[in-house]
Amino acid sequence: MIAIVDYGVGNLFSLKSSLGVIGAEVQVTGDSEVLRSSDKIILPGVGAFEDAIGKLRETGLDKVILEEAKKGKPLLGICLGMQMLFEKSYEYGDHEGLGLIEGSVKPIAPVIGKGLKVPHIGWNALVFSKEREKSVLYRYLEEGECVYFVHSYAAMDCSMAVTATAEYGVMLTASVEKENVYGTQFHPEKSGEVGLKILKAFCELQKT
Amino acid sequence: MITKRIIPCLDVRNGRVVKGVNFEGLADVSSPVALGKFYSDNGADELVFYDITASTEGRGLFTDILREVASQIFIPLTVGGGINTLEDFDRVLKCGADKVSVNSGAIKNPSLILDAAKKYGDQCVVLSVDMKRVDGKFMVFAKGGRENTGMEALSWIKRCEKMGAGEIVVNSIDTDGVKKGFDLEMLEAVCELVSVPVIASGGAGCVQDFVDLFHALPKVDAGLAASIFHFGEVAIPDLKKSLAENNIIVRR
Repeated sequence: MIAIVDYGVGNLFSLKSSLGVIGAEVQVTGDSEVLRSSDKIILPGVGAFEDAIGKLRETGLDKVILEEAKKGKPLLGICLGMQMLFEKSYEYGDHEGLGLIEGSVKPIAPVIGKGLKVPHIGWNALVFSKEREKSVLYRYLEEGECVYFVHSYAAMDCSMAVTATAEYGVMLTASVEKENVYGTQFHPEKSGEVGLKILKAFCELQKT
Repeated sequence: MITKRIIPCLDVRNGRVVKGVNFEGLADVSSPVALGKFYSDNGADELVFYDITASTEGRGLFTDILREVASQIFIPLTVGGGINTLEDFDRVLKCGADKVSVNSGAIKNPSLILDAAKKYGDQCVVLSVDMKRVDGKFMVFAKGGRENTGMEALSWIKRCEKMGAGEIVVNSIDTDGVKKGFDLEMLEAVCELVSVPVIASGGAGCVQDFVDLFHALPKVDAGLAASIFHFGEVAIPDLKKSLAENNIIVRR
């Protein structure tokens, strides 16, 4: 069973539906026992970093997610959920994340150059990292396929963990991976067939 | 590189897609789910659902339809029509919409944009403007383009952008239905004004109109149309092929 973490942030309807169509057993939950008994965990998120990480800590689910991830359970953070996997975010201040992946989250506006709009919104092509093997999440994909992004902040200083980037003035972090912890800045649940293939690959992961 | 978006718009009344639709190989062409899926499978980058049912009963029916669409179609969905309050935002977002388009509701109560942007984020709030030239000025029209609000469109758009509108849909009443191409002059004026994505609407009659749009105005992010897609006059795969051949970056 795949647990989608429900901590009062964002709309989980499409994520739940998309996992449903690929045949995964899903539970949307804010219950720590359900998270512990799941095979895999997905951490979604939209909105502001401070608000989201605050809610996750209030519910105490941050500790459960950390414990389960450290036991080797596959964890996938999506969009803001991915950003929370990092050590730090500089979105309106200076906030601590879950610290599962080294690096920090910073605004894209100063780095992308003039004339490009913020947020980075729309379909953009995945460029796989040359530094490492193709991520297992992309096993059903070819390089250059498009996924759907909506974000104003991006993960930086995390080159070791980057599995794909997308070009928007500069190469922005599109996805990261460290052992059993995965993150996508884009929304696989809004990326059509390509997104469903990524979710399918995640569903097929085994505990390490 | 970010791709240019092609967006079909579906008007939904009493749970069915309005306007005759003519597609081979599609059994129920008035089902929003079947049509949405058809577009999604054929390269649409996003879908807009427009609720043209006024009654409360219709509202309930529309959210059922939306939920069904969102459970089967995994590309971004924008919903418009009758959005007047934060509760309206909440209602459609809970059914799986990603963005909400406001028009008359924002004219009646501009702070709706501010409140919605604060609560759901700028990316969620799409401002749709029906614009028409009156005495050489672009004016905002309400009630489906029948009533001049007396507001100048460019200052209205700027004000809405400042309040948090994350995208602007420019509907040119002057070119709408004429099928002789998008209103490039009007679109250019808006593109020069705002730094959020601009979506062109009104006037597309053929594939070349989209090529001309993106060549003339590289700042335009997306082209939206309804009938030319519904009537099969322009097939999205053909459109995208032509755009790519003309060096316009699209998702294939």
